Amino acid sequence: MKARVTVTLKSGVLDPQGKAIEGALHSLGVDGITSVRQGKVFDIEIDGSDAEAAKAALAAASEKLLANMVVENYRVEIL
Amino acid sequence: MKAAIVLFPGSNREGDAARALRQAGAETNIVWHAEHDLPAGTDLVVLPGGFSYGDYLRCGAIAGRAHVMDAVRRHAARGGFVLGICNGFQILCESGLLPGVLMRNRDLRFLCKRQHLRVERNDTAFTRAYALHQAIDVAIAHGEGNYEAHEETIRQLEGEGRVAFRYCDPNGLVGDAANPNGSTNHIAGIYSEKFNVLGMMPHPENLIDPLVGGIDGRGLFESLIRAA
Repeated sequence: MKARVTVTLKSGVLDPQGKAIEGALHSLGVDGITSVRQGKVFDIEIDGSDAEAAKAALAAASEKLLANMVVENYRVEIL
Repeated sequence: MKAAIVLFPGSNREGDAARALRQAGAETNIVWHAEHDLPAGTDLVVLPGGFSYGDYLRCGAIAGRAHVMDAVRRHAARGGFVLGICNGFQILCESGLLPGVLMRNRDLRFLCKRQHLRVERNDTAFTRAYALHQAIDVAIAHGEGNYEAHEETIRQLEGEGRVAFRYCDPNGLVGDAANPNGSTNHIAGIYSEKFNVLGMMPHPENLIDPLVGGIDGRGLFESLIRAA
């Protein structure tokens, strides 16, 4: 089974990298960008065919390691 | 005083930490991260600076979950001393031994320079050799040193007097102008609830020899020797 975990900064947490990217997009003349927040994507292969069990395992993976719950949120998708 | 310096793949300041500790009179052991136990009789664990696991995922994230950290947690729970410097501070935050997180520096630059710190209290095992509010001249070398935590956590740290050091100018003045990385309340280092764990971004071990321009870092190691 293939899954994707997306980790993003919680709202309100300053994201200087996102700000720098936002500035670079403006300087490249890409119009209409009002805000950029940078995150991380993990493409994961997981054994078995039980989507609920996989979601639970990936939630554990996210909370134990992939995301720092102080400043980040995560989202699990089974693809 | 018996000190165990934990070596992770990518740590690179263990030699300097060992030199500073030996100069102060400690016996030092290097402990590989895959160990499950600390050497018997360890008084102090040092998590040195560097780039454990290449800063992959987040600084200190993978090291913070290494086997040896269970032993470090048990040591801290017994009241043993733990000192995390730079990447070591990041590892302490990621392992849950200290609250909060070290975010990318406000101006996105890796900073490598001399930096003054104000000693916020001198009644702990780590700071007895300093004067209260002394401005010590040490060094910083980090890209992710911007300390952040929940508002409530910051209130708690401040309320319990758990801020160890704040960034300041050479006169001891704390403020935005002296804060290199944008850290909340100019925090450079914090203590655990029982004041036996200290995490700090700056490097006191860099300034222990007049040959490199200063010895203000010695006080921290001398304090620990007296405490053990």
